[in-house]
Amino acid sequence: MHDLYDRLKARFPLGEWIARRPDLAFVDVPLPQLRPVLLHLRDQEGFTHLVLLTAVDWIETGEFQLTYLLCNRGRACDLGLRARIARDPASMESIHDLWPTAATYQRELREMFGIDFPGSPRLHEDFILEGWREIPPYRRDFDTLAYARETYRERPGRVTQDPAAYMQQQLDPGGH
Amino acid sequence: MKPELQPRRVTGPDGREFEVDPLRDYYCEAPPAVHPPAYLRIIEDLFNWARAESIWILGFGTGCGAIEMRPLMTPRFDAYRYGIQWRPTPRQANLFVISGYLSVKTLKRVIRSYEQMQNPKYVVGLGSCTINGGMYWDSYNTIKRLDDYLPVDVYIAGCMPRPESLLHGFMELKRIIRAGQAEGANDYARNFAWYKDNQKRVIHDWDMPDYNW
Amino acid sequence: MALFTPDRSQYPQTRADGSLDIDLTSGKYLKLWQGPQHPGITGNMAVELTVCGDEVVEGRTHVGYLHRGFEKLMERRTFIQCFPIVCRICVPEPDFNEYCFAAAVEELAGIQAPERADWIRTLILEMGRINSYLMYLGGQAGAFGLGVIGQWTTYARDLMLDRFEELTGGRIYHMFILPGGVRDGLPDGFATRLEETLRELETVMRDVYDTLFCNAVFKTRACGLGVIERDWLDPYGVTGPNARAAGVPKDVRRDQPYLVYPGLDFEPVVATDSDIYARADVRRRDLLMSIDLIRQILARMPHSGPLMAEVPNVLHWKIPPGETYIRGECSRGEYGYYLVTDGSGYPRRVNVRGPSYTHAMALLERMIVNANISDVAALMVSLHTYPPEIER
Repeated sequence: MHDLYDRLKARFPLGEWIARRPDLAFVDVPLPQLRPVLLHLRDQEGFTHLVLLTAVDWIETGEFQLTYLLCNRGRACDLGLRARIARDPASMESIHDLWPTAATYQRELREMFGIDFPGSPRLHEDFILEGWREIPPYRRDFDTLAYARETYRERPGRVTQDPAAYMQQQLDPGGH
Repeated sequence: MKPELQPRRVTGPDGREFEVDPLRDYYCEAPPAVHPPAYLRIIEDLFNWARAESIWILGFGTGCGAIEMRPLMTPRFDAYRYGIQWRPTPRQANLFVISGYLSVKTLKRVIRSYEQMQNPKYVVGLGSCTINGGMYWDSYNTIKRLDDYLPVDVYIAGCMPRPESLLHGFMELKRIIRAGQAEGANDYARNFAWYKDNQKRVIHDWDMPDYNW
Repeated sequence: MALFTPDRSQYPQTRADGSLDIDLTSGKYLKLWQGPQHPGITGNMAVELTVCGDEVVEGRTHVGYLHRGFEKLMERRTFIQCFPIVCRICVPEPDFNEYCFAAAVEELAGIQAPERADWIRTLILEMGRINSYLMYLGGQAGAFGLGVIGQWTTYARDLMLDRFEELTGGRIYHMFILPGGVRDGLPDGFATRLEETLRELETVMRDVYDTLFCNAVFKTRACGLGVIERDWLDPYGVTGPNARAAGVPKDVRRDQPYLVYPGLDFEPVVATDSDIYARADVRRRDLLMSIDLIRQILARMPHSGPLMAEVPNVLHWKIPPGETYIRGECSRGEYGYYLVTDGSGYPRRVNVRGPSYTHAMALLERMIVNANISDVAALMVSLHTYPPEIER
């Protein structure tokens, strides 16, 4: 797959290339280059299948990492393009015109991460959640346990064990 | 609120213009009433026997437990021999099997379906997730206690319960019905305000009437 | 009475932005919800149909009724604690979740599962595929009103579930594949009983072929209905049997072989018509191929050797930072897990790529246009979608 990197590198300024497996690599792409790279990969290199589009919340650096995973079935390899965008306000160019199915992914990302994709169809309709008032739930700073505790009443009698402490107690009841 | 639910003026086929308020016009506003038992004990017992022998389940697979309902419809487990069968519409059903976890979005549809069912009606909570949240005890989108929102007659524990335990749960429900203790619908009517209060606390976009049947 | 005339003037005009100009107050159109409480829907989802007469002019899929937030829940569970919940993402075929997640964890942690475990994993995945196809065949027949086929396939699926129960202890959720290997080997006599089940299954499949695939009603309605054009495959991310029915031998087991598939003898099942009948037929033949694969596995798998690789103490298991994507060919198409770790004891991000995600949303909304209302259920079933994969 490294020949692909050389070919891409000659055309676009690319970031780090991480070869995970012989048939899977990830590469950092600067934001303005993302669309040209995607188009080039789709039309010239045979990466015609958009496997997934998802985000990773790197709250420590205040960034979202968007991963566009493309698959080239003929050469049996996958390439993940990673783009970093600011966390607040999060906005990204829409690619629904390249792959119609990307519109669904973008709807999910807007709802679950609060990333805006201007121009993507039906972006502001409810997708999964309904009547959600908090911050988008997949963001790292959303605490699902605290939210569940405060919203839904618990039935008394439920015991939660810390796995490490519980195993220690089982294996060594005396606490030696 | 969706545009089709907002009040508007409509021109009918005969050219007359009239006002439509979907939330008020399409539903009965009367709150549910408590259904008293028959005047004679023996008659009520007869009714209860008949109710216990014709349990019609609403075909609404609300969660993953619905996959174990399918074997019940086939000869190996055959729930039909106990008078249990599945109906496609709430109007014909009297048992609502909540098959697993309920997300808030489904809870809203479940309440609507439940309220459209005829009295007397029963609710069976299937799976640990209806009892105390089960696997999804820390999920932001699933309720933890079903009996906060709907009156539950029988819980069937397990994740997910086997068809045999489902059958056992239905037998238990029959026993309760025959003993005249399956008062879920009356409980719902009696504590209507409490149930609505709980429901509205989790369902944030409440775009339906309080009682829709 | 006038027969139906294809008068296009009554159809909604397309606006400049590509959406349809539908005036609901005109009385020409009617909005119908199929689902979530509806017998003609697969699982707990809904399709919002705008119809003109009995013809659909616009369809919109609504999901989210089964959302539990798995990806969020996994971020606050240790790697081993994730295992009981991953399988619950997909009910008819839970093993793919276990396998993909286990393989992703193994890859990032640098663990190699022993060979015998790989064989057992393949066996379980193929058994799960058969279950899933049996559910599908019953549903597809049911969507055309042929209820008895569902009785037979559910019976056959129950036999298969018995084998699962014998092997793993669970009927639906098995939690058998762990990072590093599998929990146990095959019980004594399992291969014989599995062979008996496979023979019974073949009998059922012969009956299903005679009564469903040779049925005039099924043929009349399913042939030529719901065609997926070949050039839709890539834009809409179509994978699995839906793509194979369109003549493209897209099968991850062949394209990017995993587990022991490189050593097994099979060819992807392909059809050309790409209609509902072709998709059903591809799945039927794929099921028969799975039976054959299970026989190959049983004949060739090693009967001794370790089942688990050396795994560090799972209570304090930290995995070095990295990201990976693992895919497998489940009965509905490409199933994948995208896992990101950050060096802590918890996954940083897990993304589940279910095949239904693309099939039930963009593709279904496209296919449903100009279909008859009575065919909507059949169309939906024929894509073999399963909603929890979409919303997770």
